Amino acid sequence: MIRKAYPGAQEVLLHDLALPFIPATMLWRTPPEGIASMSTGTAPSLTQSIAPVAAGAHVTAIGWLKGTAAFGLGDGGVLLAKDGETHRLEAHPDAGILVGASDGERFVTGGDDGRVAVTGPDGSTRTLAEAKGAWIDSLALSAGGAFAYASGKRVFARDDKGREKMLEVPSTARGLAFAPKGYRLAISHYNGATLWFPNVEAKPEVLDWKGSHLDVTWSPDARFVVTSMQENALHGWRLIPDKGHMRMSGYPSKTRSFSWSHDGKWLATSGAEAAIIWPFESKEGPMGKAPRECGVRPAKVSRVAFHPNTLVLAVAYEDGCILLIRLADASELLVRAAVAGSGVTAMAWDKGGKRLAFGCEDGQAGILTLP
Amino acid sequence: MTDKIPVTVLTGYLGAGKTTLLNRILTEPHGKKYAVIVNEFGEIGIDNELVVGADEEVFEMNNGCICCTVRGDLIRILDGLMKRKGKFDAIIVETTGLADPAPVAQTFFMDQDVSDTARLDAVVTVADAKWLSDRLKDAPEAKNQIAFADVIILNKIDLVTPEQLDEVEARIRAINPYAKVHRTQNCAIPIAEVLDRKAFDLDRIIELEPDFLEEGHHHHHDEDMQSVSVAIDGEVDPEKFMPWISNLTQVEGPNILRCKGIVAFPNEPKRFVFQGVHMILDGDVQGEWKPGEKHTSKVVFIGRDLNEKAIREGFLACAA
Ligand SMILES: [Zn+2]
Repeated sequence: MIRKAYPGAQEVLLHDLALPFIPATMLWRTPPEGIASMSTGTAPSLTQSIAPVAAGAHVTAIGWLKGTAAFGLGDGGVLLAKDGETHRLEAHPDAGILVGASDGERFVTGGDDGRVAVTGPDGSTRTLAEAKGAWIDSLALSAGGAFAYASGKRVFARDDKGREKMLEVPSTARGLAFAPKGYRLAISHYNGATLWFPNVEAKPEVLDWKGSHLDVTWSPDARFVVTSMQENALHGWRLIPDKGHMRMSGYPSKTRSFSWSHDGKWLATSGAEAAIIWPFESKEGPMGKAPRECGVRPAKVSRVAFHPNTLVLAVAYEDGCILLIRLADASELLVRAAVAGSGVTAMAWDKGGKRLAFGCEDGQAGILTLP
Repeated sequence: MTDKIPVTVLTGYLGAGKTTLLNRILTEPHGKKYAVIVNEFGEIGIDNELVVGADEEVFEMNNGCICCTVRGDLIRILDGLMKRKGKFDAIIVETTGLADPAPVAQTFFMDQDVSDTARLDAVVTVADAKWLSDRLKDAPEAKNQIAFADVIILNKIDLVTPEQLDEVEARIRAINPYAKVHRTQNCAIPIAEVLDRKAFDLDRIIELEPDFLEEGHHHHHDEDMQSVSVAIDGEVDPEKFMPWISNLTQVEGPNILRCKGIVAFPNEPKRFVFQGVHMILDGDVQGEWKPGEKHTSKVVFIGRDLNEKAIREGFLACAA
């Protein structure tokens, strides 16, 4: 917190964290320096397999529409890229795209124009929803064709038949995530998360935990809900069989990217100078277990994306580097070397896991095609 | 990395003229683009491309301390604005009339993502010359805003007599003798007096306050808000001073709104300069003492119910 450290400062700034009781605390430590040098320098390279894409503006989100990569941009555009050709659409004219999500059929974006727009692979774009004067910076799509977005404290969910329901949460909704099965939405906010069945009249379930919760994710087996927090930690709730809390801390900065492995056994996270991968294979989750740390480098991980059908993790860094890491032996492949001022801000695999699209803060982007 | 985006915080009690000042800033032909974060939409009369509505969500940090708060909505909005870097040169945050400026200011020091990309430039408070004295009696928020300010626009001076004006300025000075006070009508003031002040930059603390070191011992009285300044005509021992300032701001943090200081350490050719908001301190060696210049040390605290005697004795005991 302090910008220039001096003796005694630590005590002032990091006064004891008086946390409530924590049933499970898992702390990990960054390995000694020197390990960092093993990365990238020696990694075999896939850099020749990248087709660059000139996105032209900060890439905020990427979605795949079958064979077409859709890049959501900070200047309001959506860039569709397929077979080396690109086509730009003004999805949010004179505005900026803050968030985007894709279900393979459509690319849905939220903007600072208060609009939710949907773009298809054919290049069509239209308004899905509008909230005057607000920013849409969180949205979620369900596999079943529903979508949800938040505007301030109000969360809107629209099912596949177009029926819209609204829920007001106690403070601004930060993250949204649909349960892997069924029409149920997790909403993260200050002091916890809310689980909501939009089409059921019952009172939403509240998951309490003091503090500011940012993004939220649901484990593929629906047993766990995990949030990232302002305090550089993750918080998890075990929904089955009880409401056990999990506290996953030790990060030097906020986690803003999560990714579950295809088998649901691992949760990869950003926010440290390595991808931090928590084991969820047991029904206790990561209770009492240390996470894996992969791709230790002297730069913070900004995005993580598990391959859709193998235990390979794409790890992107704030310095622009991207690695592919095989979990079995932690072996690494270099996808992109570090590029100054070109931190990676979005990354997504296509459905078959043949291609990996990435985009950066300076408008550079690219598509890796696996050989 | 590009330079950090400067952020000006605009506070002021209801009806003092905050919106007038904001509109003035936005319409002046300065050729700059501002992203404006407002709490009440529709107040801005002019067309500005980047106006964002905020909800003033004050979040406690998870450390159990009442003064360690940040503006959650601001963190979220700044994160979004950074995706449109290059579209604006600076950010102005307008708070509600009842807002405490501290959580806004602390956001720039407590949130890493924010402090990596933006810097707090100054807290500017607009005060109503006619009603401020009354508000200082009945509204603790108004007092906070005055105590916290780097720049105070004493507005609507046409509605009071010269004697009344002197009286209200004396009241301001009793709370905050270190802010720059400007007397205005319709907030008519050169924009340069409001923006790009660099009030939180350590290397500007000396420049901002030319009388800072020469000024004598201050002793003003408001009922509960006061400034305490203590000077040592020489150097302080860092082994004593660092633990003292750390402990003081930790224990008295909730009561200390702002603090600043310039101190001399033995065998250190540069000044040690610090500034703080509640419990957060920012300090560094900064600017060499000139050859032959007298090495003196001075600290200033603005806060509520401060124990002046204890602060004085504590600092004097740090003398080298
Ligand atoms: Zn505090």
